[in-house]
Amino acid sequence: MENKITQSAPVSMEWRHKKSTKPTSEKIVEFIIKAGGLSSIFLILAILFFILKESAPFLIDRFEFKEFFMSTEWYPASVVKVRYGILALLIGTLLVTVISMLIAVPLGLACAFYISEFCHPQLREIYKILIEFLAAIPSVVWGFIAIMMINPLIIYSFNVPIGLNILNASIILALMSLPLIVSVGEDALRAVPETYREAAEGMGATKWEVATRVLLPAAKNGLMAAALLGVGRALGETMAVLMATGHSIQIPESIFDPGRTLTATIAAELGESPKGGEHYQALFAIGLVLFILSFVVNLTADYLIRGKKK
Amino acid sequence: MRAAILLIFIFMSCSKQNDVLIIQNKGSDTLVNLAQAWAEEYKKVQPKVAIAVSGGGSGTGIAALINGTVDIANSSRAMKDEERADALKNNGKEVNEFVVGMDALAVFVHPANPLTGLTIEEVACIYGEGGKCTHWSDIRGTIVPGCQGNKIIRVSRQSNSGTYQYFREAILGKKRDLKLGSMDLNGSRESIDLVEKTPCAIGYSGMGYLSKNVRSLCIAKTSDAKCIFPNLETAMDKSYPISRELYMYTSGEPSQEVKIYMEWTQSEEAKKITINSGYVPAPKR
Repeated sequence: MENKITQSAPVSMEWRHKKSTKPTSEKIVEFIIKAGGLSSIFLILAILFFILKESAPFLIDRFEFKEFFMSTEWYPASVVKVRYGILALLIGTLLVTVISMLIAVPLGLACAFYISEFCHPQLREIYKILIEFLAAIPSVVWGFIAIMMINPLIIYSFNVPIGLNILNASIILALMSLPLIVSVGEDALRAVPETYREAAEGMGATKWEVATRVLLPAAKNGLMAAALLGVGRALGETMAVLMATGHSIQIPESIFDPGRTLTATIAAELGESPKGGEHYQALFAIGLVLFILSFVVNLTADYLIRGKKK
Repeated sequence: MRAAILLIFIFMSCSKQNDVLIIQNKGSDTLVNLAQAWAEEYKKVQPKVAIAVSGGGSGTGIAALINGTVDIANSSRAMKDEERADALKNNGKEVNEFVVGMDALAVFVHPANPLTGLTIEEVACIYGEGGKCTHWSDIRGTIVPGCQGNKIIRVSRQSNSGTYQYFREAILGKKRDLKLGSMDLNGSRESIDLVEKTPCAIGYSGMGYLSKNVRSLCIAKTSDAKCIFPNLETAMDKSYPISRELYMYTSGEPSQEVKIYMEWTQSEEAKKITINSGYVPAPKR
């Protein structure tokens, strides 16, 4: 009853400022939205807590900074001396991520520009569907493509002994993160108001000039977000890189050497390490390193985007 | 809501109709093919008993047995003393060991590789920590056609798999590790797929997984000993140097149904399946 009276009251702006007179439906919606927002924060904290809890005994009793970060010897099941050195894995992860982004970001952004600005509107829909289809391929299938197709291809075209290497994994990861970069990049370009294009074209700019001088600066933040989402995808991908890198513990001397990533190590070894054992805890410590890595990437991204705005 | 109630009804009627006893069986990826083949056949022998087989690795199966979530754990290595102690502590029962079969660990290469055999010492030189064999020419001057740089590409398994641990022990004994820098794949199938496509590669896996596209090598204990190929006979009489026993474990004395099943796995009928799946039946006790 009360609600009806307040809603129909002639002083319509008044009730917004009085909390007690807010309609119940609005209160419920507000609560749901608030809970949604808070839940993501809660989830992140819960994940961090869980990783810390599982890795804590290792971090306290066994962890040595020098061994963990400076040694390439990862021997969790050694009969002689158990050693936990993740340097080779860390370098593997960074190399694969950086090289795959060197391939995927220019390709993906160029593709986004083409689809959004240069291509025929009817073709655009077809291209978008095809690219989204690329995102639907499961990562284990990518892994098989890496072993069965790209491996022999690299062996024969570059004359190297093994085709499962950093290059192979980078190609696979680039292909996997492309759909993400393209669709987010394309959305960012579409979000630039049509009036910008019309104004630029009205000044006599060519299509190329519109794209590079008007759209690129205008959609910069969105495009940067697209690239960073790609980085996140590459950093976290597991199954495909497990198969494509060769999963070999060594610091690669060139892109034709096999390597190993942090994620793949967890995936391959967690299943067979008894819960609560030292090896299990060490794998969670790797998880913590990955968590921090992605946190740093996101933070830098945020900082960059905000810094540019000012 | 109505749908949920309906679902519960369907579920209840289902579980009532086939009143089947389910035996949980989990563990070794080496053994999983055989365990599955047995379970299939056992359905015909004992329709009232269903055996749910899953893989995951020897360690996973043993961990599940310790936690009491499976009836039978499959393992391609013997249970360690600590694990036995853990199981006793958790379940209050000693574990029971059954040798259900044998498996020969084949060492294989790409078909283009001209080698026919290796000695244990040479395998140790290739795989062992500190081993100096990095190129095929280090093995009696072998040259592998199609292999760039004549480099040996070692294909191995993740370091906590039962196959890896057995291979390490058979080749290097208990006091040496395998060399880092091998390609540590997470399955026997993947190892074979990779060697099949890579002229430089060498790998190992259970005999049951071998395909026509890789060539298994004969293994000699010493340089004067006879070089022996892995097959049914040589694994059974243990003349092949890298053959191992495959185990199933139960917690305490098995229940009546599990016991009947374990006995059945040693019947002539089950042995035929063992051989057909590429494994070797267990020697008579």
